[in-house]
Amino acid sequence: MTSAFVEIKNAAKSFGKLQVLKDINLTVDRGQIVAIIGPSGSGKSTLLRAINELDPLTSGEVWLEGVQINRKLPHRQYEKHVNQVRQDIGMVFQHFNLFPHLTVRGNITLAPRMLKGLSEAEANKLAEEQLTKVGLLEKIDEYPSRLSGGQKQRVAIARALAMKPKVMLFDEATSALDPELVEEVNMVMKQLAEEHMTMIIVTHEMDFAASVCDRVLFMDQGVVVEEGPPSVIFKTPKEERTRNFLRKHLARNGG
Amino acid sequence: MDFELILRVYPFFLEAAWVTIELSVLTTILGLICGALGAAARMSRSAILRAIGATYVSIFRGTPALIQLFIFYFGGPQIGIQLDAFEAGVIGLGVNIGAYMAETMRGAIQSVDKGQTEAARTLGMSRWETMRKVVLPQAMRMMIRPLGVNINALIKGTALVAAISVIELTYTAQRYIGSTYKPFEMFLLSGALYMIIIYVVGQGINWLDRKARIT
Repeated sequence: MTSAFVEIKNAAKSFGKLQVLKDINLTVDRGQIVAIIGPSGSGKSTLLRAINELDPLTSGEVWLEGVQINRKLPHRQYEKHVNQVRQDIGMVFQHFNLFPHLTVRGNITLAPRMLKGLSEAEANKLAEEQLTKVGLLEKIDEYPSRLSGGQKQRVAIARALAMKPKVMLFDEATSALDPELVEEVNMVMKQLAEEHMTMIIVTHEMDFAASVCDRVLFMDQGVVVEEGPPSVIFKTPKEERTRNFLRKHLARNGG
Repeated sequence: MDFELILRVYPFFLEAAWVTIELSVLTTILGLICGALGAAARMSRSAILRAIGATYVSIFRGTPALIQLFIFYFGGPQIGIQLDAFEAGVIGLGVNIGAYMAETMRGAIQSVDKGQTEAARTLGMSRWETMRKVVLPQAMRMMIRPLGVNINALIKGTALVAAISVIELTYTAQRYIGSTYKPFEMFLLSGALYMIIIYVVGQGINWLDRKARIT
């Protein structure tokens, strides 16, 4: 039996007069992996950032496991609510956003210690586990400035995982990386897929999307133009706009 | 150049230099407090606090420090606030430099990449936790040098309190000129002592800045 795990209903968002999301509906089941593709400015990052209230919707609802994320509450209660639900939603950014003043260990243990009251020993154990998972245990006492881009992103993933999130959001996690460093990050994401982590992935990597995702959404100008399994979206898309986008994208990437 | 005179009077100048140092330290402390409050107000969510912060900064940066000192010292008693010259000097200069420090601190805090805040908030940290554990530790490092510039200005600015007759370096020089008629020697001596103070403080700032730098 499948269950709606992440649910976005009638999502709309405007920045002033500019409408960046128009009536979007999306349901992600537990353990599902959904890729969102589309040209820049299509609203795909905004949609992702709406899920954890980084860019709150103008109207519509976001639900996670039966809890509405974007509840309208008085300021204080809203902050409390949001801080609570965000613990369940891991996010990985294009530019890593590791804390440069903390070591890798500090980056990973900061939030679990502060928010979940873990002892130093527990937090250290957690950091070691997560780093082992992303293959960077030997970097535990390094500062982020000493890591390569790929390593930084793997630490950022470990940091997000340390909060034991129910869902992971990836916002172009490999777009800022040198081509030869993309694979190591993709490997970690594939591994998460095998562990049935629920993931929503905004990406430009069609091959990656095709190989790990259960479902692909193509967005353009604030709407979901087409969605379906990767085999359909990438091989036999119905919509003209999807075909155009994929053609241009393939031409640009020489493949 | 009358070296004999300099040798004779310099112990009195050292004493005066000590007053200048005391003024500088107390003014720095008050300035940092006013600066932190001013910066917090200017970045507050509350529009009223933001307006208060902005007004504070524009008043104290927009008028001569000497006028501010005069208001505290000469104007105070008129509205029932009695301050001696030293107190008026510390408060006047401290509140004044605080307005500059507020802008320095705000600048440093706002120069921390927005992605840092987003990453922390995404993990579930509150605004305050994010400020304390992620933004401030990075901003502090960035504000050491510009705050050093503020402190440098403040030390030189303590000369203004001679105008309300605090017996510090500048006032002492003026007093000895009155009895010796040797302005060149007296001002040179006080200038040299200012320079030593500023040099030492500058080295301290450099040391702090080096220590605080991220690997």
